[in-house]
Amino acid sequence: MTISNSNPLIARRAALSDRLEQLVRMIEIRLVEERVQKLFGEGHIRGSTHLANGQEAVAVGIARSVDPDDVVTCTYRGHGHALALGVTPTGVLGEICGRVIGCAGGLGGSMHLLEPSVGLLPTSAIVGAGLPVACGAAMAARLRGTDRVAVSIFGDGSANIGAFHESLNFAAIRKLPVIFVCENNLYGEYSRINLTTPVEDIAIRATSYAMPGVIVDGQDVDAVAAAMAIAVARARAGDGPSLLEMKTYRYSGHSRSDPAVYRLPGELDVWLKRDPINLFAERLESEKVIASGRLAALTDDVRTTVDAATAEVLASPVPHLDEILAHVTGGSPGGDQRWNFWSTSN
Amino acid sequence: MGCGPVVGGIFVAKIWIRQAVLHALDDAMADDPTVIIMGEDVAAAGGPFKTSEGLLANYGPERVIDTPISEMAFLGAGVGAAVCGLKPVIEMMFIEFIGVALDQLTTQAATMRYLSRGKLTVPMVVRASVGAGQGFGCQHSQMLDHWFRGTPGLKVLVTSSARTSYGLLRSAIEDPDPVIVLEPRLLYGEREEYDHDRTYRIPIGTAEIARPGTDATVVTCGAMVRVAQQAAEQSNASIEVIDLLTLWPWDRQTVLESVGRTGRLVTVEEAPAGSGWGSGVVATVVRELFGKLKAPPHRITLPDAPVPYAGPLEARFLPSADYVAEQVDALVRTNRSPAPWWSNAA
Repeated sequence: MTISNSNPLIARRAALSDRLEQLVRMIEIRLVEERVQKLFGEGHIRGSTHLANGQEAVAVGIARSVDPDDVVTCTYRGHGHALALGVTPTGVLGEICGRVIGCAGGLGGSMHLLEPSVGLLPTSAIVGAGLPVACGAAMAARLRGTDRVAVSIFGDGSANIGAFHESLNFAAIRKLPVIFVCENNLYGEYSRINLTTPVEDIAIRATSYAMPGVIVDGQDVDAVAAAMAIAVARARAGDGPSLLEMKTYRYSGHSRSDPAVYRLPGELDVWLKRDPINLFAERLESEKVIASGRLAALTDDVRTTVDAATAEVLASPVPHLDEILAHVTGGSPGGDQRWNFWSTSN
Repeated sequence: MGCGPVVGGIFVAKIWIRQAVLHALDDAMADDPTVIIMGEDVAAAGGPFKTSEGLLANYGPERVIDTPISEMAFLGAGVGAAVCGLKPVIEMMFIEFIGVALDQLTTQAATMRYLSRGKLTVPMVVRASVGAGQGFGCQHSQMLDHWFRGTPGLKVLVTSSARTSYGLLRSAIEDPDPVIVLEPRLLYGEREEYDHDRTYRIPIGTAEIARPGTDATVVTCGAMVRVAQQAAEQSNASIEVIDLLTLWPWDRQTVLESVGRTGRLVTVEEAPAGSGWGSGVVATVVRELFGKLKAPPHRITLPDAPVPYAGPLEARFLPSADYVAEQVDALVRTNRSPAPWWSNAA
């Protein structure tokens, strides 16, 4: 295994074993998403972005349940997952701003975050694309004699694309160690789920593929982690895949240009009452992990971190023009430094 | 197998061309435990074209994998497995089948190296049977190389014989990037002399002069190589035939050197006129050899129409040796580009 304490990203990931750190990471995701919104308005970000504020508990609940050398695929709504898995605010904001300091060196942008050392394959801009890739990662893990698992994170919109059905079928028939995690935030792009999907619960589709299908409160980080723990253990034991459905909600529209006028009246307010950060802060207060009312101070601390990251990003150069041609096929200048999963050679 | 001549001390036998594919797969799997093969009926049935007979018994079901009819799942699983340290060889029974899974090759596999700046690569091979001539109709008879040539990050090979099937496939499997190997289905059942040399490779990006000549250079690939060679035999002119072998990145040097000598270029393409690879060859030749050409570069292609089913129509549709000889002779005689058959059709 490749656990190395010298890698600060892995240390960031390992820190999630601490409950206070889980709360801090959720706050960090929220503030980074808010910062993305602000930087877009200021002209630092091109194209589009897909924010996940409101879905922080899913990201942190998953990240604390798998190891850095388990493999994760994810969609373009992936800023929060990248942060939870260990990528720094500088790596995420830097990529979204197209700077060298970004986690893809500025070549990817908002929809293409990655960090092999914490298991994150490039997040994909194509709905459903990550599910088959996760199946292959799981095949490789098994054939190479490890007990590593693959996690594929996708939205409710993915549940209607062929890749979802093909991948669940493929993983089930080959008993692959995959955990399929559907973040059901009720909207696929601009359409509410009842207009596109004849079932309310995506989890019941697991029945067709003879795997466990579990509905999870995606606003409760502990519930997410508990469901993940069962599915991961099952996968590691060789008992095959699971489908977890995280009931959650995105506070923003689909993308930068979407004001989300299609929301049902009052729906946002209902979900805001179960804000995942507030819920977890209250729980930590009741557990005496944090003092009552400490959330505001924690948020201020994290904001200072995000401010520093923003400054670092805006001081970072854009990629050199040589990067346009440097990585298309083999023989990159300076040689490839290929990440070797499950090896000590990295 | 019958007796054959002895070349370089090695017994040379006649084999089916499909057996050369099997030899390449078998040797690659024996030499490298990370090579796996995946596709519909490749394992228990030995492959629909018998290109993987016996491999299941030799290498077991974790390396020789029968899949559901589920191209997106198994092509995408190939991507994930390749990123995570395996070398998957994916069989697409008919090239058209990849249409339902194209995202995984052209969007996911082709951008993995780029997005990760060489940290993640996809050493995956997609093999597919291609081409017309056997009455499979319009959905089982195309080459479709233009789908892949247009995608930066992919390499595109076309086999033309037992020797090239072996040499190209071994190189493709050893390549660090996604490679698609197009195998003319028409040739699988041809028998020819072949020296099974485990060390034999054809470097990607190198063309071969299949037949020397002085009056015109015919550039071709795949099943059309035989057609062009026979045309050259029949022709009054001295025709040089180049087998491109790699359609992308293609061997400019060999083509330019030959056309520089002969002064005339003809492409013979099993491709629709509007999208055939010859357009790029012609553009390069005109740019580099503009003042040295004796005749306008001439393309012999398919018409821009689906592949017909009825025998006489398919025979007319595909360039024949007679037609190629007639066209090349007309070009050499008049130094003008002759019209294609369909422009004269009643």
